[in-house]
Amino acid sequence: MASGNGIFQRTISALVQDKPGVLARISGLFRRRGFNIASLAVGRSEQPGMSRMTFVVEGPDEVVRHVAAQLDRLIDVVEVNDITEQNIVWRELALIKVAAPTAIRGEVLELTNVYRANVIDIGVESLTLEISGGRQKIDSLIELLKKFGLLEVIRTGRVATLRGTLVEGEADGLYQANASNPTYVLPITTGESGSV
Amino acid sequence: MSKHLGGSQIVCEALLKEGVDVVFGIPGGAILPLYGVLSQYPDLRHILSRHEQGAAHSADGYARSTGKVGVAFATSGPGATNLVTGLATAMMDSVPMVAITGQVGRAAIGTDAFQETDITGATLPVTKHNYLVMRADDLGATIHEAFHIARTGRPGPVLIDIPKDVFTEMGEYNPDAPIDLPGYKVTGKADESQVEAAAKLINEAERPVILAGHGVVLSRSWGELKEFAEKTQIPVVTTLLGISSFPEDHVLSTGFPGMHGMAYASLAVDQADLIINFGSRFDDRIVGDAKRFSTGSKKIHVDIDPAEINKSIQVEAPVVGNIKDVFAQLIPKVKQATHVEWLRHIEHLKAEHPSLRIPETERLMGQHVVKALSDVTKGDAIITTGVGQHQMWAAQHYQFKNANSWLSSGGAGTMGYEVPSAIGAQVGNPDKLVWSICGDGGFQMTLMELATAVENNLPVKYAILNNNHLGMITQWQGFFYDGDYQAETYTANPDFVKLAEAYGMKGIRVTSQDELESAIAEANAHNGPVIVDFVIEKVDDLYPMIPAGQSVQELIEDPN
Repeated sequence: MASGNGIFQRTISALVQDKPGVLARISGLFRRRGFNIASLAVGRSEQPGMSRMTFVVEGPDEVVRHVAAQLDRLIDVVEVNDITEQNIVWRELALIKVAAPTAIRGEVLELTNVYRANVIDIGVESLTLEISGGRQKIDSLIELLKKFGLLEVIRTGRVATLRGTLVEGEADGLYQANASNPTYVLPITTGESGSV
Repeated sequence: MSKHLGGSQIVCEALLKEGVDVVFGIPGGAILPLYGVLSQYPDLRHILSRHEQGAAHSADGYARSTGKVGVAFATSGPGATNLVTGLATAMMDSVPMVAITGQVGRAAIGTDAFQETDITGATLPVTKHNYLVMRADDLGATIHEAFHIARTGRPGPVLIDIPKDVFTEMGEYNPDAPIDLPGYKVTGKADESQVEAAAKLINEAERPVILAGHGVVLSRSWGELKEFAEKTQIPVVTTLLGISSFPEDHVLSTGFPGMHGMAYASLAVDQADLIINFGSRFDDRIVGDAKRFSTGSKKIHVDIDPAEINKSIQVEAPVVGNIKDVFAQLIPKVKQATHVEWLRHIEHLKAEHPSLRIPETERLMGQHVVKALSDVTKGDAIITTGVGQHQMWAAQHYQFKNANSWLSSGGAGTMGYEVPSAIGAQVGNPDKLVWSICGDGGFQMTLMELATAVENNLPVKYAILNNNHLGMITQWQGFFYDGDYQAETYTANPDFVKLAEAYGMKGIRVTSQDELESAIAEANAHNGPVIVDFVIEKVDDLYPMIPAGQSVQELIEDPN
């Protein structure tokens, strides 16, 4: 996904050993190149002793690929995949505290419903909403809520996974460009398949 | 069979199990508990360095010259930070090392305690891996992992930081516990399809060149390199760190290319139709301007580290594997060849671009010193160097007879490497002649290690190419800064002969060409460390030269 100046965002997924310092080792390789980590999500994986990290970085393709190769060299990193161009689903989550005095509360709740967000806390003057989905969906809700007065916006990093296969015997996330039944082919965008 | 031991004892037992017989280090508060048990382990020889950087470079010199893992000890805080240059040097040149540092007690970590430095944080980018061990129970497994990581795959330095109270804690040590590193893949044989593709290019090439890098030395594949080169009759260009991987008196030997390499080597690489890179990372000192590097050639890149492939140069045929394994796979697949015309052309390049001409002068030049060292020692010595003009003259004019006899800081370019690395090389090779070729600048960065040589009666010979200048700096300021010379002259060098005597060494001064051979022979005959102060011509530019970031088109051969 282009951010406007020839720099692309890439989504990298890493399976890492759950050990102190592993995040510093990984972020150090990006820091060395002067890259910004646009988003980062870390959590325990399905395998004991292993965590999965999903991070979105901004940098020229070939440099990001090289950094990914260097990541794979780290002892605590078990597996690294640049999944930007693969068939993935991804989600981000945001908690948005918005000013909502009685007079405009109805309007805020209407937007909440349209965006399939949840109200998770109600105060006298504010509502806190929870929304998950693709970045653009979250961005647009935040944009629309601005006029009411945003009190706090807290966003998580992106989490992503390869789509399950729809064709027997194929690897997960494989782009079925030549599949016999093209209706099974899911549209591949550069990472926006998590949108509404 | 698990043993119940104190942390320090676990460290020593694990080191012995790894085959360690010598350690270079300096004690300090946080590592004292480890020193407290050394007397129980007389098989662990401890050599007391005078500065932790010296300990690290000595361990590096020991490792490079023996192929074993070098070990250094240092205490917390400044002791540990003093290791950093040595670790960075080893990291850049893929040298197997394990550094063990003391750390403040566990309760004090993070409190800015006396002599506390976050050394695992500080050394993240200059180690292959590092550890902070918080339980004595984990010490044994950590040390075995560290040695496994240091010596396998692409080798490198590993640091283990141990809090003072972990050394004194009792713990379980199971020497036979298996190593469990799910994220660490050791590359062995290459994929057959990659080898096939490489063999096809080799068999089709008309003007092939082998570029032999440090990987050939590290994997100890010099025998295989020779077999491969002779079967295919392909000229061998070595990189700076590939020097001594191929006998220099061999008809196929074609020097080293790049910034200060032989012009004929750079031209051969430029004119080739195929470059077969064994274990070199296409360093910028060889490549210069990547867009104009050997544009007419296809490239095969054999490397153990997949992250090196296509890093600076795009290649047609990557081969990811251990060089030794790849040679075994590749040699049967390549055809015997002659390449008569190409080899004739290489001979022509060597004749037209001699590159190693020494100025005709009565004065004593650095090149004269190295040439005489090469002649008198018959190319049979282990050579260590610092960084600068003396290093390049050593690389150019010493004719190496033995494999793995050249120790130089290539990637990091660490001045001061020459003094302690020679100590490590001599400890690892007590029966060999070790000459350290030094500049007067670098020598003074680590000369305190002379005491280490004297104390251990290590007969290292130090050749100082003394021109009272930072020679390479002088040259660059002359070339690229309009002769605006700044901070390039040393006006207060000590009398190096008296310095030698002050340390209890033999000191010899040489000021003319006539004295060269006798002085070198005298140093060789002396059963102890020697400094020979070669007072060379003040300023002498080094050629050939390809300016940084340029290509062979900008090669300056020798204006004289």
